[in-house]
Amino acid sequence: MSSMLLSTIPQVSSSLSESYCLTLLSVQTKSKKTLARPGVKNVVLVEGVRTPFLLSGTTGLLQRTGLPKDAVDYIIYGTVIQEVKTTSILRHNINQRTLGAGFSDKIPAHTVTMACISSNQAMTSGVGLIAAGQCDSIVAGGVEFMSDVPIRHSRKMRKTMLSLSRAKTLGQRLGLIGSIRMAHLSPELPAVAEFSTAETMGHSADRLAAAFGVSRVEQDEFAVRSHTLAKKAQDAGLLQDVISFKVPGRDIVSKDNGIRVSSMEQMGKLKAAFIKPHGTVTAANSSFLTDGASAVLIMSEEKALAMGYKPKAYLRDFVYVSQDPKDQLLLGPTYGTPKVLERAGLTMSDIDVFEFHEAFAGQIMANLKAMDSDWFGQTYLGKKSKVGTPPMEKFNLWGGSLSLGHPFGATGCRLVTTVAHRLQKEGGQYGLLAACAAGGQGHAMVIEAYPQ
Amino acid sequence: MAGVRALGVLSRVTSRRYALFTGGTCRTFSVAPAMLAQTHVSYEVKGDVAVVRINDPNSKVNTLSIQMQKEMAEVMDEVWANDAVKSAVLISSKPGCFIAGADINMIQSCNSADEVTTLSQEGQKMFERIEKSPKPIVAAINGSCLGGGLEFAIACQYRIATKSKKTVLGTPEVMLGLLPGAGGTQRLPKMVGLPSAFDMMLTGRNIRADKAKKMGLVNQLVDPLGPGLKSPEERTIDYLEEVAIEYARGIVNKKIPIRKEKGRMEKIQDYVMSFEFVRNQIYKTVHSKVMKQSKGLYPAPLKIIECVKTGVEQGPVAGYLSESQNFGQLARTSESGALIGLYHGQVACKKNHYGVPQREVKTLAILGAGLMGAGVAQVTVDKGVHTVLKDTTVSGLARGEQQVYKGLNDKTKKRNITSFQRDSILSGLTGQLDYSGFEKVDMVIEAVFEDIHIKHAVLKEVEAVVSPHCIFASNTSALPIKDIAAASKRPDKVIGMHYFSPVDKMQLLEIITTDQTSKDTTASAVAVGLKQGKVIIVVGDGPGFYTTRCLAPMLAEAVRVLQEGVDPKKLDALTTSFGFPVGAATLADEVGIDVAAHVAEDLGKAFGSRFGGGNVEVLKTMVDLGFKGRKSGKGCYIYQPGLKTKEVNPDIGDVLEQFRMTPNPAVSSDSDVQYRLVSRFVNEAVLCLQEGILKNPLEGDIGAVFGLGFPPCLGGPFRFVDSFGADKLVEKMRRFEAVYGNQFTPCQLLLDHAKDSSKKFHK
Repeated sequence: MSSMLLSTIPQVSSSLSESYCLTLLSVQTKSKKTLARPGVKNVVLVEGVRTPFLLSGTTGLLQRTGLPKDAVDYIIYGTVIQEVKTTSILRHNINQRTLGAGFSDKIPAHTVTMACISSNQAMTSGVGLIAAGQCDSIVAGGVEFMSDVPIRHSRKMRKTMLSLSRAKTLGQRLGLIGSIRMAHLSPELPAVAEFSTAETMGHSADRLAAAFGVSRVEQDEFAVRSHTLAKKAQDAGLLQDVISFKVPGRDIVSKDNGIRVSSMEQMGKLKAAFIKPHGTVTAANSSFLTDGASAVLIMSEEKALAMGYKPKAYLRDFVYVSQDPKDQLLLGPTYGTPKVLERAGLTMSDIDVFEFHEAFAGQIMANLKAMDSDWFGQTYLGKKSKVGTPPMEKFNLWGGSLSLGHPFGATGCRLVTTVAHRLQKEGGQYGLLAACAAGGQGHAMVIEAYPQ
Repeated sequence: MAGVRALGVLSRVTSRRYALFTGGTCRTFSVAPAMLAQTHVSYEVKGDVAVVRINDPNSKVNTLSIQMQKEMAEVMDEVWANDAVKSAVLISSKPGCFIAGADINMIQSCNSADEVTTLSQEGQKMFERIEKSPKPIVAAINGSCLGGGLEFAIACQYRIATKSKKTVLGTPEVMLGLLPGAGGTQRLPKMVGLPSAFDMMLTGRNIRADKAKKMGLVNQLVDPLGPGLKSPEERTIDYLEEVAIEYARGIVNKKIPIRKEKGRMEKIQDYVMSFEFVRNQIYKTVHSKVMKQSKGLYPAPLKIIECVKTGVEQGPVAGYLSESQNFGQLARTSESGALIGLYHGQVACKKNHYGVPQREVKTLAILGAGLMGAGVAQVTVDKGVHTVLKDTTVSGLARGEQQVYKGLNDKTKKRNITSFQRDSILSGLTGQLDYSGFEKVDMVIEAVFEDIHIKHAVLKEVEAVVSPHCIFASNTSALPIKDIAAASKRPDKVIGMHYFSPVDKMQLLEIITTDQTSKDTTASAVAVGLKQGKVIIVVGDGPGFYTTRCLAPMLAEAVRVLQEGVDPKKLDALTTSFGFPVGAATLADEVGIDVAAHVAEDLGKAFGSRFGGGNVEVLKTMVDLGFKGRKSGKGCYIYQPGLKTKEVNPDIGDVLEQFRMTPNPAVSSDSDVQYRLVSRFVNEAVLCLQEGILKNPLEGDIGAVFGLGFPPCLGGPFRFVDSFGADKLVEKMRRFEAVYGNQFTPCQLLLDHAKDSSKKFHK
C-alpha cells in the first residue's frame, strides 16, 4: 500500500509539470536561453529569509515582503524531529507563530518531513500546488529545535503507562506500577541514525569518505574553506537572508553563531568523532546541528507581478533521488545533479552557481570524487563516462552547512535563497542546488535568475 | 506428511557440527617448481612498513600448504633482514578469505603419525618466529581466518579485522577429528582465557569479528566500505591495509599499546584462574561434558583438553610437544578420516554437477503451508527469491506465514539479521489461497499431504495454470516420483525434492530424478537447492528413494528390539552410544509413529519380507491409542511442555506385552542389538548403490549422515564398511540371518567386498 503511494508520486509530479499550460511566457534573459517551457507554469521565489541558525521565524518574511495578511493561500513547513506540541498541531505552531505575525487564521497548513531535505520538500510541494493551479502564493519553510527534541519513554514504559490509563481498579493500577523496573526508566534518545541500518550518519560519512579515499587533510581543508567563505560573506553583508531574532530571555541574535575560522593545525588536533580511533570525520569537519528556521515566499509569476513584487528567481526543474541507505547514504547530490541537469536540458558548464548541502566535508569530497570518476559513472549511474564536477570557483561561495550550521528541516530554504541571492550578486543565470538526506535520499533543483 | 523428514531433529548435532564448512575448498597439492619466483606470498615496502600479501594463485581460498609456508618463511626472512623495515602488515589479496586453514591434503598425504607430527612442529616453529619477531607484525584480517590461519594470526603482535559478514575466526580442526596443531592449543588459552579457548576449540564454531573483539581475539575492527572509486570488496581490502599500516607505525612509535589494559573482570578472572583447583575443576567439567556429548567416540576433543592442560600446568615445552604428538596421532585415526571424508563429500555436494540451468528460478511457489512448506518458503525467501506460499485454508496459510516470520524473527533476536532486513525479506513472500499469478512462477514445490490422489490433483491444477517452462517438484518422502509424474502432461519437468525437517536447520536435500526427468530440470532443482544453502544428493527413483529406504529397515528392527523386551531408554542408549545423535526410540517419536507406520507398511508392500522384523501392528496400535509421538505428546515417551526430561510412556508396556517376542540370546547382547540395527541400515544403503539408486558411495555417506544422523565418526555407511571390514559385517549378518531370515541377507555388492578385501568404496 505504502509502496503504491510512493510509486505514484513521481508520476504525479512529472505529469504536473508537463500538462499545465499558461499563457504568460517569460521574459528572455541575456545570452542564455531561458528554461521556461510552454505548458509549464512559472513559479518564482519572491523572498527567502532565515533566522541566524539558532531559532525560528516567519515574521521576518512578512516584514521583509510587506505581504498582506491574507494573501497567503497555504503554508507548508518542513521539520524532522517532531515535538508533538510543535507539529501535531502544526497549524497551531505556524499559526501561533504566524498569527502573532499577522497571518490569517483561515490559512491551512501542514508539515512535511524528508529528513535533511524537509524544507526542500515543503518548497517543491508548494511549487506543485502552484503549478496545479490550486494556490498562487505559498509560504514554505523549515524549522528545527535541536535543543528541545522529544525524548520518548522506553516502549515498555509507554506500554505500562498506556495500560495504566485504562486500569480500572486501584489493585490493577498498583500492579502495573509495581511492574515498573529499572529497564523501563531508561529513555529512548533520538539519534541521527538510519532506520534501516542503525548506523549513525557520521559513521556512514566516515565510511563513505574512506570508500572514496578522501583524506583527513582534504576534509579539514574543505571545512576551513567553508568557514572562511562564510566569514567573508558574513562580513561583506552578503548573508542578507538572515533576520534578527530575539531569543526569549536573551539578547537579540542577528548573526550565525557557528562560524569559526580555524587553522589547519587546530583542525588536525581533533580526534575522530565516529569511527574511533582511525576515522577521518571529526566534529570540526562535520556540519553542526542547530536550532533554526527558514521561510520562503513562492508565487506564480503572474500573481507576484500583479502584487507588485520583483521576484528573485524562477524555481525550475527539480528531482528527488534515492539509493542504498547503507553504502551510498550521502551520495544524493551525485545522483541528483546529472538527473536534474538532464531534465532541464543543461550541462554542468551552463551552471553559474552551485550550492550543495555540506553535511560533512568528507561527504562533499566523496560526492565530488564520485562525480569525477568514470568507473562510478559507468557502474552506478549508468552513464558512458563521469558526470563531471562543479568548478570550485562557483561552489558554495558563501559558506555552507559546515560553517553556518544545519538545522535539519531548515537548510533547504537557505540553499534556495542563497542560490537566488548569489545569482543576483554574481550576475549568473542558472543555479543548481543539491542535498543528501537520511534514507539514502537526495534532491537537486535548478533555479533561474529572474531577469533584472 | 512431514514424515520421515522430521528426522531432521536428530541430526541437529550433526548439522551444527558441519555447518561451518562452507565455501572452503581444498587445494590440491601444489608441485610448482621451487625455483620459480614466489607465487603465493609477495611483499611490498610502504615507507617503513612491509606489506606481506598472501594470494594462492590456484585456488579461491588461501591454505597453509607447503608451498605457502616455504614462501612465507622466505619473505619473512627478507622482511627481518631489511633494515628499512620497522614493522609488517600481513594481509590476503583475496576478498572473503584471509587463510582458510591448513592444507588438508598435505596432512592426508602423510604416511605416518610421525610425519604429521613433523608437519605440526614445523608450523609451531614458524609461528614461534612470528611471535618473537623483533618487528611488530599486524595481521589484517578480511574474510575467513580459520584453523592454521587463526593460529598464524594469534602469533602476530596485533590483529585488525573487518566487520564484514565474511570475516569469521575459528578453530574448526575438531570437526575434522584434529586439533589446532600449530600452537593453537597453547596460545589461545593465554589470549582469551581457558573457558573461551575450550569453547572455541571444542565446538569449532565460527566467531564473528565483533565477538572476536569482545573476547580479545582481535585488537581492532574496521568497517567494510561501500563502492567508491573501486568495487566495495577491493576498496575494503585497500582500506584495511591503509589502516593496518597506520597501526603498524603506531605500534613502532609506541603510540598504540599491543596489549589492552585489562579490565576489572579480566583481572578477577585471572586471579581465580591462578588457583590450581579452579583450573582442575574446569578440566574436569569440560571433560565430563565432552564425554557426555561425544560418548567417548571422538578422540579429538579429549586430546585438545589434554594439550591445553599440559601447556598450562607443565609449561610451553611440554605443551607444544604434546600438541604436535597428539596432532600426529589424531591425523591417523579412523574418526578423523571419516570426518575429513564427510568434509570433502560436503564440498562436492555443494556443487552443481548438472550445468547451468537455462532459466534462473526467480519466483518459486510452494503448495501447502505446513511445517515443511513453510520451512522451504523460509529458506527460499531469505535468499532473495520471490516466494509464493499457497494453502487451501486461511488458518493453514496464517500458521505457515507465522512460522516463516518466527524463523526470521529468531534470527533477528540472535542478531544475525536486523529487523529491517527481516521485514524486507518478508516482503518477498506472498501468501495466497488461489493460483493467481502462477503463470509467472518458474518452479512449484508441492508439500501437500502424502497421498498419491491428492498429489495427482494438485499436479493437474498446477499444470493448468503455469507457463510451459515451469518445473513441478514434489516434496515427498516415500512416494515414487514416476507414479506422481504419471498424471503429468510434461513428465520431463517433474522431479522430487525431498527436504528434511526442520528445513531451516537440516542441511540435506535429496533430489530424485526419474528416467523422464530432463537434465535441465535437474540442473534447475540443484541450483535452487544450492541457493537455499543445501547439501545435495541426487538419487534415482524408487520407493523410499535412498534415505527413507535405509531408515525403514532400521526402524523395523528397532520395533522388534522393543518387542523383545528392551526398554525404549535402553534402546536409545544403545543407538546413541554407537554414535547416532538421537536414539532410535526418540527418533521414532520425532518422525511420528503414524508416519513410521505408514512408511513401514508402504515400503513393506514394495520390498516384501526384507523390510519385516518388528510387527507393524505395534505401531498401528500405538496410533490407535493416540501415541503418535512428540506431536501428540505421547509416543514411546511422554512429552510435557517445558520439561526437558522425558519419561517412558507407561502404557507402551501393555502394547509391547501384547506383541511380545522372545529374544534369542545368541543375538541379543548389547553389541548384537547395535549391529542388528546398523547392519540393516548399511546393507540397504549398499543395495541402493548396487541398484543404481545411488550414483556413488560419497553421496550415500553424505545423505546418511546429514539426513538421517548416521554416526559422523563412522563417516557414513560406505566408509563404515570400508573401515569396519565388509567381511566382518557379512559374518555378523550371517549370524543374524540364521535367526531372523532374509532381513539380514547381505546384498551382492556387500558380498563382493567381503570376498575381496582390496575392494573399497572410498579409495
